[in-house]
Amino acid sequence: MSAIMVSKKVLRKWEKLPGKNTFCCDGRVMMARQKGVFYLTLFLIVGTCALFFAFECPYLAVHLSPAIPVFAIVLFFFVMATLLRTSFSDPGVLPRALPDEATFSGPRGEAANGNVPAGQRPPPRIRNVQINNQIVKLKYCYTCKIFRPPRASHCGICDNCVERFDHHCPWVGNCVGKRNYRYFYLFTLSLSLLTIYIFTFDIVHVVLRSVDSGFVNTLKDTPGTVLEVVVCFFTLWSVVGLTGFHTYLVSLNQTTNEDIKGSWSGKNRVQNPYSHRNIMKNCCEVLCGPMHPSALDRRGELIELALAPVPIPASKNNKENPQTTKTTAPLIPNEHTPDDVKSSIAPETEGDVEEKLSPLENKPPPSEPPTPPPADPAETTAVLEEAF
Amino acid sequence: MSDGITQQRFQHRDRSYTVYGNMATEFHNLQELRRSASLATKVFIQRDYTEGTTCQFQTKFPAELDSRIERQLFEDTVKTLNNYYTEAEKIGGQSYLEGCLACATAYIIFLCMETRYEKVLKKISRYIQEQNEKMYAPRGLLITDPIERGMRVIEISIFEDRGSSGSSSSSSSTSSSSGR
Repeated sequence: MSAIMVSKKVLRKWEKLPGKNTFCCDGRVMMARQKGVFYLTLFLIVGTCALFFAFECPYLAVHLSPAIPVFAIVLFFFVMATLLRTSFSDPGVLPRALPDEATFSGPRGEAANGNVPAGQRPPPRIRNVQINNQIVKLKYCYTCKIFRPPRASHCGICDNCVERFDHHCPWVGNCVGKRNYRYFYLFTLSLSLLTIYIFTFDIVHVVLRSVDSGFVNTLKDTPGTVLEVVVCFFTLWSVVGLTGFHTYLVSLNQTTNEDIKGSWSGKNRVQNPYSHRNIMKNCCEVLCGPMHPSALDRRGELIELALAPVPIPASKNNKENPQTTKTTAPLIPNEHTPDDVKSSIAPETEGDVEEKLSPLENKPPPSEPPTPPPADPAETTAVLEEAF
Repeated sequence: MSDGITQQRFQHRDRSYTVYGNMATEFHNLQELRRSASLATKVFIQRDYTEGTTCQFQTKFPAELDSRIERQLFEDTVKTLNNYYTEAEKIGGQSYLEGCLACATAYIIFLCMETRYEKVLKKISRYIQEQNEKMYAPRGLLITDPIERGMRVIEISIFEDRGSSGSSSSSSSTSSSSGR
């Protein structure tokens, strides 16, 4: 005796994305795996500003101007908004090539297509293109199985190719690339301003108070000021320096990656083909250019249905699904586990059987290993085979 | 043995398409499963980087399409797509305005407003759908929107018809992702 079993699993695409990213809020937020330094950044910014609002602002608002805390609040919100935008958005990750594309445009495919000029054989993993009368080499990425577009680079920490890759910033917990570079730049700029602002008004506050009650008493009255001054002093040197460096890069339309590698350092008369040779134009392109959309459809739905005849054994286990794959959920719900678990199905699967016939959108942990989509039909059908 | 038929339904950017497959043969549902067409091969139109990192595709006519579609039609399609992308990435008054306005609101405005690029992408998606329905599906071809391939390639699937092929009434565009 058998019945037809329909099992339906609704997943979001982010659950199946390769790479070492963490996703939160059902795919709306995308970050790197190591977030410890990012939390430190948040703590320092929020903590220092909280101390400023607690100790300095009441005094300064009364004795100088109420505009001081107002402007500080505005600056603080701008810093937080740009920081969160930088950290949570897709930096410009290139999705990996599906098998047919990889075969067609891979290193061997290139030679077969006759794109290699006769008489010359560049190494198969490099493709030459001409951009603005400059020869640029495109390298083949063996992980993503694509020839990287110009200015793209593979981030080892996130295990993704990122367009216009700048660098991986642990302080924001994400890569900085084409889509979030302007937010990163505005974050460093506004953080510099905020740091200078707080530092200046700390000094002003201490001076004003010392005139009234003496220096030592001032420090006793407002212990927070000392902490703020220390944090701001160290932050100033690093963040202001970083802002200056990135302003230089923006004006030349270069990335940190290119600068470190010396791609356009001028030897062999190699020049930056992307620069407009005009500082204003370069700044406008980088900071006011179009907002590119994400090529990763993180929140798209992936519905897997499997129809299979299921024998109904005499025992009471007649609701199980031979399609259930993993029996353990990942330890951290939103961490992306590496796809190293091959499904091995036993007909009697107890415990972690996914909710079948209702959408899973709000359920945190998927208990299916994130195998790449092309393998799914083969895998599920192979699994069916196994079950009998 | 087991006749397990696996269906996968994908939803991407407001369109859903269905791929049916089983172990023995694969057929891809273009027009409500009434006739079966099997995927012969795929052609990938690569990016053209001669003008920089702006999104442009090569208009070189691939040899595999020689017997399937007229060269002019193909080139027109690719050129129109290139024009759409140029329009999306144009750096001018409107993009500056959008950038400055967004900056002034600390980019919160993008939670409710669509960017210009996204609007053009929707236009592109409609254009590709229309091209598929009118010109490519009758010739047994199917264009996949480049955004679904990370803007790296335009994927054109070439099908072998079995039986008569009518014009497609469904509005889906299917990308086959399973190997044979």
